[in-house]
Amino acid sequence: MVIREKFSVPKRFNTVAITLMVIGLLAIIGLYATQGSKSDAHSQARFWGSLLQNSVYFLLVVNAAMFFICATTLAWGGWQMSFRRVSEAISACVPVVGTICGVILLLICFGGNHEIYHWTDTEHVKHDAILNFKKGFLNKNFFAVMTVLTIVAWSLLGRKMRKLSQETDAKPLTIAEGKKYIWKNTVWAAVYIIVFSLTVMSSIPWLWLMSIDAHWYSTMYSWYTFASTFVAGVALITLFVIYLKNNNYLELTNEEHLHDLGKFMFAFSIFWTYLWFSQFMLIWYANIPEETTYFKPRAQGMYSGIFWLMFIINFLAPLLIFMSRDAKRNYATLTFMSLLIIFGHWLDFFQMVFPGHQKEHVPMILWDFGVALGFVGLIMFLTARSLSKTPLIAKNHPFMKESVIHHT
Amino acid sequence: MAVKKFITGSFYDEEVLFPAVKKVRRAGYKIHDVFTPFPIHGLDKAMGLRDTSLHTAGFIYGITGTATAVGFITWALTVDWQINFGGKPFFSLPAWIPITFELTVLFAAVGMVLTFCYLCQLAPFVKKDHFNLRSTDDTFLMALECTDTTNEADAISFLQSIGGVDVGVQYKETGWWLGRYDKDTKRFEKKVETAQ
Repeated sequence: MVIREKFSVPKRFNTVAITLMVIGLLAIIGLYATQGSKSDAHSQARFWGSLLQNSVYFLLVVNAAMFFICATTLAWGGWQMSFRRVSEAISACVPVVGTICGVILLLICFGGNHEIYHWTDTEHVKHDAILNFKKGFLNKNFFAVMTVLTIVAWSLLGRKMRKLSQETDAKPLTIAEGKKYIWKNTVWAAVYIIVFSLTVMSSIPWLWLMSIDAHWYSTMYSWYTFASTFVAGVALITLFVIYLKNNNYLELTNEEHLHDLGKFMFAFSIFWTYLWFSQFMLIWYANIPEETTYFKPRAQGMYSGIFWLMFIINFLAPLLIFMSRDAKRNYATLTFMSLLIIFGHWLDFFQMVFPGHQKEHVPMILWDFGVALGFVGLIMFLTARSLSKTPLIAKNHPFMKESVIHHT
Repeated sequence: MAVKKFITGSFYDEEVLFPAVKKVRRAGYKIHDVFTPFPIHGLDKAMGLRDTSLHTAGFIYGITGTATAVGFITWALTVDWQINFGGKPFFSLPAWIPITFELTVLFAAVGMVLTFCYLCQLAPFVKKDHFNLRSTDDTFLMALECTDTTNEADAISFLQSIGGVDVGVQYKETGWWLGRYDKDTKRFEKKVETAQ
């Protein structure tokens, strides 16, 4: 079998990516002109909220690709090796998207607009018993330090994992070298997982998203955010794998691997529902006013349409469509479901960010969708660029054969 | 129950077994089954077996569990014995989801295990008779079913030519459930073909 190692980005692909980025830029400019440039803090928050939702969502999604690599590396899994370079290329977006996200977060934190993060208003915090109690965690300096540290750590550790992967491209390893190489990979993957669990799985969603509703808290929130972005991250990997397969790349990846990616999406959609529902049910059951304030606008108020649409897209559709074996091996179903899942979890982030400060009415979601398209274009462009830089197959990796003969 | 005639051959290696299965199918012999001590990936495909319907059965059991749970709790808590839990409405669906989920899993799991046992004809006190006991330990065994048109000598030499060892003719009772594995069967007894 002839293996095409070199991916050259088709012109049309880049045209689409750049068009999407232009649409995103136009949406940002339009949103700034209609909302962000107004003098009242409430309209400005509408503009910044859109940037916050999209940048955080897409940063966590591309970062989930690196989590996927590290989790499978740590488990000494071999099946993902045939398309591992695809998830590596997606994770290479982290430094760029992370910088954008970090700048937006710091601007919201220090920009003097207290609508989104009202704990940044130090005068207000003095008279607010709950926020005063939380100020050891919710204060500007801690927020800034955590944000910067987190994004830098993700970028550097991700870079280290990619560099390790490219080490083997030059020449085959002996058995002793291979053992050492796997061990080194395992150690670095473990370091990444520890950083990941201290950030995405615990503190970062509290700081970036949950602090919009600063009076309210939920310890399940981070897990639920993680489940959301991980399932979307796997969907993104699947989309790129299918795109490359359709363009006659990735000869060693076949429907067995896609079947497993489909299983991941199926399983983590249900995992997401489990956390989403558990968070809801405990609050619903206890029925304490300071806790139910979070769900009042979302499940019963203006945002209830999005809330139930999300339930259909993120739970019922994956459950029923992905249940059969054939659906998980079918390119068309996989593509459709991946797009649907990415959109559905984007909606999830929409209703995490906006009800906290846009209480009167649901903002025009098409603007946010435009901004999202911009980020999609950026991710497409960056991923394709880093895909074309390295060989598509890590052919000398010790686990490569395990992936070639993989069978579900 | 009908006693049928089989040509059986053992194989020691997957790399011999897979091409053998392909050649046997191409030659037009009817494979009764291939017995292996552990699951071999891809063998079902090579033998041309259809996908199992066990998962469809599992889905139906699961749906039954969901319906049972929701139906029973609804009846019990809204019609038969209404209880006021902290001022919640009698029909409080969120509180019932965990039980519904658990009954779905329970019905699906138990139903699928029983169905699996039924399909494999496994039950307590059912004696299993083997073509070759080593097929539960370290060899693979392929059994060809003899039909009207099968030439016994040809089939034996064919099986030997594609790598089969210990090739021979065996008579086994087929059919369903208890009848299949006759308790009175003596392993080394020479049996007579009684029916086709």
